[in-house]
Amino acid sequence: MNTATGATPVLPGRRVVITGVGPVTPIGIGASAFWSALLEKRSGIRRVRAFDPSQFQSQIGGEIDGLSVGDYVPKSYRKAAKIMAHDIVLAVAAAHQVITDAKLQTKCLIDRGEAQGAPNLDVTRFGANIGAGLICADLPELAEGLHSASTDGRFSFARWGTEGMNNLTPLWLLKFLPNMLACHVTIVHDAEGPSNTITCGEASSHLAIGEAFRTITRGAADVCICGGAESKANPMALLRQGLGRRLSRRNDAPEQACRPFAADRDGTVVSEGGGLVILEALEHAQKRGARIYAELVGFGAGHDAYAPAQPSAPHPEGRGCAVAMRKALKDAGIAPPQVDLVASFACGLVEHDRSEAAAIRGVLGDRAAAVPVMNVKAGIGNNGAGSGAIDFIAAVLAVHYGTVPPAFNSTPMDPACGLKVIADGPVDIRVGYAVSTAYALGGGQNAALVLKRFKE
Amino acid sequence: MMNRRVVITGMGWVTPLGHDLEGVWKRLLAGESGIAPTTIFDARTFPTQFAAEVKGFDLQRFLGPHYEPHKLCSRNAGFALAAAEMAWRDAGLNGAPTHNPEMVGVYLGGGEGPIDFDNFVAAAIAGWDPEKHELDSVRWAQVAAERLTAVKEFEQDPNCAAGHIACRFNAQGPNVNTLTACAASTQALGEAASLIRRGDADVMISGGAHSMIHPLGVTGFNRLTALSTRNDTCATASRPFDRTRDGFVLGEGAGILILEELESAKRRGARILAEIIGYGSTADAFRVTDMHEDGRGGAAAMRGALADARVQPQEIDYISAHGTGTEENDKIETLAIKTVFGDYARKVPISSVKSMFGHLIAGAGAVELITCVLAIRDGIVPPTTNYNEPDPNCDLDYVPNKSRKAAVRTCLSNSFGFGGQNDTLIVRAL
Repeated sequence: MNTATGATPVLPGRRVVITGVGPVTPIGIGASAFWSALLEKRSGIRRVRAFDPSQFQSQIGGEIDGLSVGDYVPKSYRKAAKIMAHDIVLAVAAAHQVITDAKLQTKCLIDRGEAQGAPNLDVTRFGANIGAGLICADLPELAEGLHSASTDGRFSFARWGTEGMNNLTPLWLLKFLPNMLACHVTIVHDAEGPSNTITCGEASSHLAIGEAFRTITRGAADVCICGGAESKANPMALLRQGLGRRLSRRNDAPEQACRPFAADRDGTVVSEGGGLVILEALEHAQKRGARIYAELVGFGAGHDAYAPAQPSAPHPEGRGCAVAMRKALKDAGIAPPQVDLVASFACGLVEHDRSEAAAIRGVLGDRAAAVPVMNVKAGIGNNGAGSGAIDFIAAVLAVHYGTVPPAFNSTPMDPACGLKVIADGPVDIRVGYAVSTAYALGGGQNAALVLKRFKE
Repeated sequence: MMNRRVVITGMGWVTPLGHDLEGVWKRLLAGESGIAPTTIFDARTFPTQFAAEVKGFDLQRFLGPHYEPHKLCSRNAGFALAAAEMAWRDAGLNGAPTHNPEMVGVYLGGGEGPIDFDNFVAAAIAGWDPEKHELDSVRWAQVAAERLTAVKEFEQDPNCAAGHIACRFNAQGPNVNTLTACAASTQALGEAASLIRRGDADVMISGGAHSMIHPLGVTGFNRLTALSTRNDTCATASRPFDRTRDGFVLGEGAGILILEELESAKRRGARILAEIIGYGSTADAFRVTDMHEDGRGGAAAMRGALADARVQPQEIDYISAHGTGTEENDKIETLAIKTVFGDYARKVPISSVKSMFGHLIAGAGAVELITCVLAIRDGIVPPTTNYNEPDPNCDLDYVPNKSRKAAVRTCLSNSFGFGGQNDTLIVRAL
């Protein structure tokens, strides 16, 4: 379908390439810092420092130090930081990274003096599709207001309505709307094309990237900034994930706590972060001489249709994940034997990792034991809606450089998973096609993307 | 690339005016109001003390034998499930499976579930250290771990409603939730249609659901001064395009439509209600607090949808406006319509059912698209009620107060989200 101004006719079947990556993670911000950290097996997991975690079952997380929104927006926009939840700051930081990496000249870079001249793209054909989570209210801010409307620990609606709520800044609600990640990013960089906010837990980034891929393919945009971001390194999210029995209790060994596919895994680790990528129509990228990391050739999505009650369990055979992978391979026009690398989502949960492994085995069939599987959660943890984008960026770089970073906490491997996980390395592998998977830990959404080593 | 056509074969809604398709439609055409004093929580000291609540809702009555696995779902997921059940039956899909489950998907504009307010507040109050003026995360965690439960916490996740629906109808295809604020369900329907067009699915269960009628939702909108505060005359408080409008009225509910690939619908002999022919999506990229003063994003979304549908502005017989009843939206939407439609803007009937439903936020676009389909079916457009004093900035034909018979073949429906995400859909009689 055509969108935006409608001035350009639909160009069916356009090729889409990745021309920029912007990871914001506990092990590094920006493509090169992130990639080196992966190759050097660095861990960003530690005892939580942002607040005292001693009363929580899991007391560890992946935190990012010293992130300041002023480094990523024009001076005139700095005051908007006051109405940005941390999730939004992560997205705005990732946007600056990815735009810079892709050598796009947007309003933000021009205003900051980091690029000269006019934008090098048509802003009405510049779309955004940014996955977001359920943004946690700023607890201290809200607690202060609620406390002020209470007597002897009891909350009074009457006092909240007359006084308590007035302690909140008038724009309070805007800090927490999930679409504000995309809204701030589109404002700062002036992206006026199709714009969406997908909120499907850990599947959000893949669904957003997949939808942006479709948006460009059908000719509704030439360039899309897409991915996701979220922070789960806060008291509310740490508590929620704990209630769902999703977290590792290896508090005395944070760097070893997140153990995807390992036999002794005991849950995931919360973190904060995200990533955005630039998807671009091939001819648009070539015309401006952009560096091409890889080509995006397939997208598929599916649902477990299995367990609706929360906190929902994954389908034991990974049904939704298998549907998504098969659809993505079909979309890419390739058969399972052509897959050279699977970039897995697994984040160290007992049932989920096994479910994903079953899906991968089911799709790859006889070759499952031979196809390398990569995983980058060990040092990063799971931030929710931004996790998939970080995985995807790692897969893009692996395809681009022909190197797979090691999943350093994954041994001894769980025999029930039965995959060839690259646990030592890095290992050089020439990757023709790679599949990247993601799924919501609750809710049942699954998605897969297929990357291809770029050839003219 | 495939060029498949997308039709609507079933519809269902849960609204402040009732839970049945035809009864609610009659009440809309009669200009009834779904707005009354708030009962969900004690709002008597809030600046806004009224809302358009869904009344007498019983999910079990809708789901019957399928109720059990969904019984703990959040309020908005319950609305979504009920509306989906209604739509699924309306489409005649409740018999033996007619489609490959991997080609049946869900795309919702579903809101977050309401917070577990009493327990959340108890923990927050216990955790606040007034001396140190900070949150004591140790004390907070003690109380929170005792009082909060996994079910109520995870049911707040905005992807839950779409998950419940997929499980109920064994929909193993694409499953997505968008939350672009007030534009969400229009966007969901547009993207769902795109998935069918592209061949990613044959059937999509799509629309939206939301309830922000809870203490923090109303607090948030009251602090933004976005809500009407006409507490004494609340039934007539939602006044889109009227000079005396003073903000929107919060509503709740769900609207779900069954979208289907045309040939698949024909093969199974489905009744076809209308075709989705155009979708446009844009961003204002202006300010998070205000719409662009020229209405550029809204105008671009409408133009995009018209281009996608390959129809001229003069072919649009009815516009279902976003029409929230805020000073800014109604003025700027009017301007955007004039920009796109030129002289024809004065001739096309435009109305906002938010005057009766209130604003369902993420669910608004879906219930409004349903009214467009019913307008096509019955040749009548619903009114904008509570319209008494013309505003010089809003000088178009808003179908004031009384529904109107009109030959309606093609309708355009707008939804503009807080923060500047804009979406437009066009539906046409097949």
